[in-house]
Amino acid sequence: MGAARVGVVTFPGTLDDQDAARAVRHAGGEAVPLWHADRDLKAVDAVFLPGGFSYGDYLRCGAISRFAPLMEELIPAARAGLPVLGTCNGFQILCEAHLLPGALTRNEGLHYVCRDQRILVESATTAWTGDYTSGQEILLPVKHGEGRYVADPATIDALESGGQIVFRYVGGNPNGSINDIAGISNEAGNVVGLMPHPEHAVEDLTGAPSVDGRGFFTSILKRFVNL
Amino acid sequence: MTDSVKRAAETPDEPQPYVELGMKAEEYERVRSILGRRPTSSELAIYSVMWSEHCSYKSSKVHLRQFGTKAPKSDALLVGMGENAGVVDIGDGWAATFKIESHNHPSYVEPHQGAATGVGGIVRDIMSMGARPVAVMDALRFGALDAPDTRRVLPGVVEGISFYGNCLGLPNIGGELVFDPCYIGNPLVNALCVGLLRKDQIKLATAPGPGNKVVLFGARTGPDGIGGASVLASATFEDESHAKRPAVQVGDPFMEKLLIECCLELFEADVVVGIQDLGAAGVSCATTELAAKGTGGMRVDLGLVPLRDPSLLPEEILMSESQERMMAVVTPEDIDAFMAICSRWDVPATVIGEVTDTGRLVMTWHDEVIVDIPPGTAADDGPVYERPLHEPASQAALNADDPVRLPRPADLRATLLELLASSNLASKEWVTSQYDRYVRGNTVLAMPADAGVLRIGEVMPGAEETDRGIALATDGNGRYAKLDPYAGAQLALAEAYRNVAVTGARPLAVTNCLNFGSPEDPEVMWQFSEAVRGLADACKTLGVPVTGGNVSFYNQTGSTPIHPTPVVGVLGVLDDVHKRVRHGFTAPDLKVILLGDTGEEFGGSEWAHVLHGHLGGLPPHADLEAERSLATVLVEAAERGLIEGSHDVSDGGLAIALAEATLAQSVGATVQLPGVDPFVGLFSESAARALVTVRPESFGAFAELCARHEVPCYGLGTTGGPALRVEGVLEIPVDELRATHQATLPLTFSS
Repeated sequence: MGAARVGVVTFPGTLDDQDAARAVRHAGGEAVPLWHADRDLKAVDAVFLPGGFSYGDYLRCGAISRFAPLMEELIPAARAGLPVLGTCNGFQILCEAHLLPGALTRNEGLHYVCRDQRILVESATTAWTGDYTSGQEILLPVKHGEGRYVADPATIDALESGGQIVFRYVGGNPNGSINDIAGISNEAGNVVGLMPHPEHAVEDLTGAPSVDGRGFFTSILKRFVNL
Repeated sequence: MTDSVKRAAETPDEPQPYVELGMKAEEYERVRSILGRRPTSSELAIYSVMWSEHCSYKSSKVHLRQFGTKAPKSDALLVGMGENAGVVDIGDGWAATFKIESHNHPSYVEPHQGAATGVGGIVRDIMSMGARPVAVMDALRFGALDAPDTRRVLPGVVEGISFYGNCLGLPNIGGELVFDPCYIGNPLVNALCVGLLRKDQIKLATAPGPGNKVVLFGARTGPDGIGGASVLASATFEDESHAKRPAVQVGDPFMEKLLIECCLELFEADVVVGIQDLGAAGVSCATTELAAKGTGGMRVDLGLVPLRDPSLLPEEILMSESQERMMAVVTPEDIDAFMAICSRWDVPATVIGEVTDTGRLVMTWHDEVIVDIPPGTAADDGPVYERPLHEPASQAALNADDPVRLPRPADLRATLLELLASSNLASKEWVTSQYDRYVRGNTVLAMPADAGVLRIGEVMPGAEETDRGIALATDGNGRYAKLDPYAGAQLALAEAYRNVAVTGARPLAVTNCLNFGSPEDPEVMWQFSEAVRGLADACKTLGVPVTGGNVSFYNQTGSTPIHPTPVVGVLGVLDDVHKRVRHGFTAPDLKVILLGDTGEEFGGSEWAHVLHGHLGGLPPHADLEAERSLATVLVEAAERGLIEGSHDVSDGGLAIALAEATLAQSVGATVQLPGVDPFVGLFSESAARALVTVRPESFGAFAELCARHEVPCYGLGTTGGPALRVEGVLEIPVDELRATHQATLPLTFSS
């Protein structure tokens, strides 16, 4: 069989789509461009919702994108088990689409923050984190103005007790998110959202001074080799 | 009532508000003689903006010609000055286009939008060359760090750049941030953008081919930045609702991002004959410039321009500086394909006219002709002034005030820390952490590295693979230029050139933003002419041509101008970007080497400025031959893999260079100063110097390379350990250096 096919979605205002596609290719997968206006997932094995400012962040980050024609296909597919990863704006869209609980609000410091951030991997059982070990510390860039994860106490308790906190900031919380949450998954573990950017930490030459993001892409690709 | 051409002919003596529009009586008379009648109010709008200092370079033109007449021979130059941006050949079929431009005055009035639209404007200049914009940088100057207005202006400017650039998806890979009381009331916001394109895909601002369609696309036109036009509107129409309009434009980076992707698809589909961005002077500028460079004529129906505010009058439409707009010339056969691509990106596009061979730019408004002019008279034949100039009366006394008289410190450790915490040398992370430096995934080096470095290979999907990379740096030192504008401009070029070379890149070409006071002040004009002469001479010596740039005059409050501040950007190329040299000390057990000689040069230095509030004497000697040799060594050493890390030695001298190199990756060093006087060795700002590290086994080959090019090479010591130690002089733990370096800006701005 051929390489796993990972769809990379472009909305108007998506910025990190090229980076995400490159990271998929570097890991040995096939990156399939998906266009927001097409109701067509092109039979991909998994979907990456990259960062950016889709629709200029108008109204609320991700609030318009969730209504895109492509999302009408993606939402039921994700509920049925299709692996979906959302980073940054992708995470915001997943929350707006109610594929993940909670919301991402303005950073506590009220400024956009771009920095290399230490992250603790808390769950290695999701579709996107199998190549990490639980408790592993990795370095990924964060770059966002609205990354402060919030949810009501019951939701936070459920996420904590259900093992759905996938990533936590260590060595300083860049945005004031509750419990230092950097990323979460749905109950099934196929949908993962995080504010940091694994696609900017896959090469020695460029991006953050780390290649710790590679695991996201190798995790998802291995999953399809094993299937 | 519409002021049509017919009406203008019938009412030759109607008074017109040309003075309010900033025109001199003789300029107005010249318009009348060109047209053989009084201009219509729309024509007056066009001439007044096109002949403004900003658009016509009327005071600077006679000086700027030197950039052409003294230009060094360069095989790399594909498009030179006069287009939206210069283009240089960077090899393997690739070209780079880059330019720096000021948005100083709007950023003072409305810091957030002023700075944001500064970024937007320069990005569209790059797009209009046919390129994909790939990175931005900013050279910023503010008043003293503790001045109340700095607290108003700086956070707004940084937020504007952050908001616009981040949302646009362009990495911000470097720039400068300098504080000096001279910039209070006149902050400088100079934005640079660089783009990449295939060599055979260069687009130009031209409208050839009668019958070709003129398309306006992007954002709709609203009442942005038309302060001047309201004068016209109120004078002619007595309509008060048009009298109060915002003078600063408002930016929408989301629309700009769509425009970028849309333009790239249009270029890819090859459906564009000519293209021009709408910046200062909006539709006036785009139509006159396109028509003047094409077949020579154009017919435009202004009534077809899509409006955000339907009450706009034709004069306002002509002068509106609404952002995120472009104008293209498209053949009738390609127009459907053009419109389909715009529609895919949700970019509104409208045919507003067509190219003609009449030699006239004719505009109509509801079936009346309101403009009928030869376009070249507005675009190219503006007034040219040879302004009077003379050396400032105070110059001799300033130069005689040698800093040699200043008391020197006993405690060099304390001096280093005080400098490291001072506003100009402190960490700029509070600012740069608000910029996305990673987006698009091609950033190899970014601040605080000496130059930003980008990989080229994966910029455009499907394009030919290449290992090449580009490096970019901007520099400018207003204090040096105040002491000697000729040398100051050369030192700005030398530093940017050196900053590119320390990454291993070969400097190729230059852009510049010349920030000065009023050209009507002969002393300012002298500073300007000296700076241009110095820069042109230095470009010739260093073999790097000026490809374009921008002049910003009137940066003064009352009769007090800013320090003359030529900001120079240099673009370099790495044949193999994997061989770029990293910033600072990257590992222990490397030999630390100082390249270049250190003299006793404290005029305009950070030490004199910070410790004594002193500005006098002469700036460091600009030894361009030494700069060229130094760059040759750095580039060849990088190519051969002889150096591990590097850092330019400039503001604050070797002391600050050592501290910054240490902080890069928290790797300390133990060094011994080569000279006898440790104060001079640590804090002198002699130019043509750099700090490099080499593996012990490479030292022989490296020293031989330096000897061959006659570059002085001093082994200072070895990297490693938890502190910066200058033997017999000082020892500072890395943690203390870091805390000192990082505290200053947050203390002022995070409250």
